[in-house]
Amino acid sequence: MASYLFIESRDPFEVNDVDYYYDIASGLRSRNNEVTLFLVQNGVFPARQNPSSNTLSQLAESGVRILADELSLNERGITLDSLVDGVESSPLDIVIDEMVAGTKTIWH
Amino acid sequence: MATTLNIIESAYRATMEEQDDTVVWITHAMKGAGADVSVLLRGNAVNYAITGQKPPELRFGDWQQTHAAHIDEDIVSLIGKGVAVYAVEGDLVARGIAQTGLLAGVKTVDREGVLDLFENHDRIWHW
Amino acid sequence: MSEKKTLTFSLMDAPFENARTTTALRLIDTAVRRGHNVNVFAYEGAVCLPFSKQAAHPNKVHGCEADEWNHPLPKDWVTEIMKLAEKTGSKLDWINCGLCVDERGVAESVAGVRRGTPGDLVNWANASDNTLVIPTK
Repeated sequence: MASYLFIESRDPFEVNDVDYYYDIASGLRSRNNEVTLFLVQNGVFPARQNPSSNTLSQLAESGVRILADELSLNERGITLDSLVDGVESSPLDIVIDEMVAGTKTIWH
Repeated sequence: MATTLNIIESAYRATMEEQDDTVVWITHAMKGAGADVSVLLRGNAVNYAITGQKPPELRFGDWQQTHAAHIDEDIVSLIGKGVAVYAVEGDLVARGIAQTGLLAGVKTVDREGVLDLFENHDRIWHW
Repeated sequence: MSEKKTLTFSLMDAPFENARTTTALRLIDTAVRRGHNVNVFAYEGAVCLPFSKQAAHPNKVHGCEADEWNHPLPKDWVTEIMKLAEKTGSKLDWINCGLCVDERGVAESVAGVRRGTPGDLVNWANASDNTLVIPTK
C-alpha cells in the first residue's frame, strides 16, 4: 500500500480531464492505497454544492480524503457551510506535510 | 534506482518555436543523465504516438523553418533508448485513432494498466 | 520542526500568466519556513521568475503611483524566500535551465540563481526525499 496526493488545480467546468484524475484517485483507493485529493486554485470550484456535487461526495465516500485550499476558497467566496459533503477546508501546508512523509505527489 | 513516470498531456504546445515537444525533449535529457524513466501519453498527447505526422513548413518573411519538430521520430528514438512509451487506450479511441496507426513499440494501456503504472513507478511527474 | 528533508520542485510557468506560479512559491515558502532544504529547477517560462529586470508599475485605474501600489514581482518573492532560507537554516538551491534562459534572453537573475541542465534535475531527484513537477498548460 502506498500514499498518493493528487493536487487538482483545474475544475471540471472548464477542463474535461479533471474527471479522469478523480477516477484515477478512486481507482488507486480501490486498490487499498491511501489517497488524498487536494483542490487548489480553480480546482476548488466543484467543492461548492452544485448540481454535480455527488461526483465529489461519492469520491469521499469511497475513502478518498478531499481537501480544498483555504486561500483558494476564500478568494472565490466559497464558504465552509457551502462545501460538498466530504470536502474539508485545509491550509496549503498539508502538501508539504505529505511530501515530507514520502507521499507520491502529483500535480494536475 | 528510483523510477519516474513522465505523463505528457499537453500536445503541440509551442512545438514550432521550440522545434521539440519540451517534455519529450527533457525525457531524452533525463535518460541521457541516467534516469530510469517511462512515458505515458494521455489526452491530446496520444497523438504523438501516431504515424503520419508531418513537420510543418513555417515561413515568416525571408525566414524559413529548416529544423521543424519531428515528434514521431523523437518518440521512436526514445523507445530506441530503452524508454517504455505507453498511450492511454481510451484517449486513442476517443480521438478516433486506430491502434494500427501507432508507432512501432508504443504500448497501449487501459484504466487498470494506468493504475499499474502509478503503482509501479516511484515518482509520477505529470507535465 | 520534524526531521529536515530535501524536496525538489520543477516549475514551468512564466510569471504573470497563471495562478500556479503563486501556488508554487507558496509551497516553496512553506517548505523553507519549516527548515527543509528545497531545490527548484525552473524549466521553460519559469526561468523568467527570477529575472532581475522585472519592474513595478503604477496602477492609474486604482489611483496609485508605483511607489504606493506595491506591485508584486516574482523576482522579489524569490529573493524574499532566499532570505527566509538563511534565517531558517534551509538550503534553497535554484537552477534555471540554461537553454531556456538563452532563448528568452533573461540571463540577468536575482542573486542565488544559477544555470544548469536537466541532468541537475535528475541528480536532485535522486538525492531528494520527494519531488513535485508543476507543469504549464
